[in-house]
Amino acid sequence: MVGSSSSWSAALVHISPYTFAAIGIAISIGVSVLGAAWGIYITGSSLIGAAVKAPRITSKNLISVIFCEAVAIYGVIVAIILQTKLESVPSSKIYDPESLRAGYAIFASGIIVGFANLVCGLCVGIIGSSCALSDAQNSSLFVKILVIEIFGSALGLFGVIVGIIMSAQATWPSKG
Amino acid sequence: MYGFEALTFNIHGGFLEAIVRGHRSGLLTAADYNNLSQCETLEDIKMHLSATESVKKMYGFEALTFNIHGGFLEAIVRGHRSGLLTAADYNNLSQCETLEDIKMHLSATEYGPYLQNEPSPLHTTTIVEKCTLKLVDEYKQMLCQATEPLSTFLEYITYGHMIDNVVLIVTGTLHERDVHELLEKCHPLGMFDSIATLAVAQNMRELYRLVLVDTPLAPYFSECITSEDLDDMNIEIMRNTLYKAYLEDFYRFCQKIGGATAEIMSDILAFEADRRAVNITINSIGTELTRDDRRKLYSNFGLLYPYGHEELAISEDIDQVRAVMEKYPPYQSIFSKLSYGESQILDKAFYEEEVKRLCLAFEQQFHYGVFFAYMRLREQEIRNLMWISECVAQNQKSRVHDSVVFIF
Repeated sequence: MVGSSSSWSAALVHISPYTFAAIGIAISIGVSVLGAAWGIYITGSSLIGAAVKAPRITSKNLISVIFCEAVAIYGVIVAIILQTKLESVPSSKIYDPESLRAGYAIFASGIIVGFANLVCGLCVGIIGSSCALSDAQNSSLFVKILVIEIFGSALGLFGVIVGIIMSAQATWPSKG
Repeated sequence: MYGFEALTFNIHGGFLEAIVRGHRSGLLTAADYNNLSQCETLEDIKMHLSATESVKKMYGFEALTFNIHGGFLEAIVRGHRSGLLTAADYNNLSQCETLEDIKMHLSATEYGPYLQNEPSPLHTTTIVEKCTLKLVDEYKQMLCQATEPLSTFLEYITYGHMIDNVVLIVTGTLHERDVHELLEKCHPLGMFDSIATLAVAQNMRELYRLVLVDTPLAPYFSECITSEDLDDMNIEIMRNTLYKAYLEDFYRFCQKIGGATAEIMSDILAFEADRRAVNITINSIGTELTRDDRRKLYSNFGLLYPYGHEELAISEDIDQVRAVMEKYPPYQSIFSKLSYGESQILDKAFYEEEVKRLCLAFEQQFHYGVFFAYMRLREQEIRNLMWISECVAQNQKSRVHDSVVFIF
C-alpha cells in the first residue's frame, strides 16, 4: 500500500475502479465511432463527387465505407464484452489491489480499442477517398488501392485483439 | 557543478523553457522582413503581420479536414479533368478536312452538347465561343457550391481575364470601335456588371473612379492612377502593372491558406511571374520603355527575383535574355531550343512547361491547386482547338503541330 503522504498516488488510488471501468467502456465505443464517422465522411464526399462523372464507381467503392463502418462495429463489440466484465464487489473490497487492477484493465482496454479504431478509421477514410478518385480515372487501380486499405483496416483489428486480451485480466475479487 | 544542469533543470524550469523556445520560433524571419519592406501602406503591414501566424499550419494533415468543405468539388474537378482531350483526339482533329468534320469529332467528346445545335456554315470563332461557354458553365457550377476560402480562390482565377477585358475595351474605345462589338469579344469569365461604362472614361483616374472602384480589381490600381491620357503605350503599362499586382495578391492569398495549396500554387505562380518577366523584356526591347519602368513591371516573387530581374532589366536583345535565362536550370531546357530566336517557339515552349507543371498539380490530393490547374488546362485546350480550326479553315494543315500543346 502506498504511503499516505504522497498526495497524487493517494488521490488516484481512491478513485473508484468502477469509474475507470465505465470511462473505459465509454471511450471504446465513443472514440471508435468518431473514427468511423470521420473516415466515412472523408470517403463519402470524394465518392459522391467522383461519381458525377463516373457513375460506375459507386457500387464498388462502397467497400471503403464498409471498412470504415467495421471500425465502429469493433468498438461496439469490445464495449459489450467489457460491460460483461463489470461485476459488483462488496464495498469493503472496493479499494483492494485486485479491484483496482480490474478497473484499470477495463479502462486500458477501452482506451486501446478506442484510439486504435480512431486512427484506423481515419486511415481507411483517406485511402478510400483516393481510391474513389483513382477508380474514376482508371478502373484498374481500384483493386490495388483496396489492398492498401486492407492493410489499413488491420490496425483496428490489432487494437481489438490487444483490448480483448487486456480485458481478460479484469477479474474482480470474489465475494467470499 | 557546471554541466550537470540537464539532470535537474527541468523539474522547475523545463516547462517554461519549452514555452519560450516555442515563442522564439515565431520570430519574424528574413523572408517576413522582405515582405514587410515591400508593403505600400500600413494596412498591408497589418495584413502581413496577421498572416505570419497562420502560415505555420502543419503541412501534411490537410487530409483530415479538407473533405469537409472541399471534398465534393475536388472530386468534381477531377472528373472534369478526365474529359480533357488526349493526343489521340488531337490527331483525329488535325486530320479533318473541314470545320464540319471538326464539329463531328468534337461531338463525340464532352463538347458535343454545346456544338450540336450550331448551324452550318461554321466559323472558328463559333467553335471557340462554344467551348469557352462550356468552361464557363463548369466554373459557375463549381463557384456556386464552393465555401470560403475555396470561393475566393476560384474568384481569383478570373481576375486575370477581367484585366484582359478592361484593357480590350479601353484599347478598342481608343481606336473608335463600337462598344457592343467589343463586349462580344470579351472573355466571359472576366465579365463584371459595369464593364460597358469603361468606354466612357478618358484617362486612368476616370477609369478608376467611374468603374473600377467597385470591382475586385480596385486594390490593384493604386500603382497606376495617373492623370495621363490613355494611349497604346500607357495601356500596355497599365495592363502589366495590374497583372503584377494581381499575381502578387494571389500569391499572398495562397501563402495565407498554407499547406499543400501554398506549396503547389507557389510553384505555378512563380513560373507565371517568370514567364511574364521574360515576355515583358522581349516585347519591350526597342521600345521607349525605360529600364526603370521595365523593372517596375516585374513581380516580386519567383525564381528570377531579385537577381534575374536586375539582369533582365538591362537586356537589350534576345541573346542577352537567353544568356540570363540559361543560368536558371528549369529554364535552361526551354532556352537552349531557341537557337534561332523565333518567338513563336518560345511561346510554345513556355506553354509546354506550364502544362507540365499544371499536370503535376493533380498528383496530390486535398488542395486547391487542382482547380487552378484545371481552368488553365482547359484554356490551353481551347487555344489548341482554335489553332487547329484556323489551320483547317485556311487549308494549312501542315502547320497544325506548330502550336498545339498536348496535355496528355
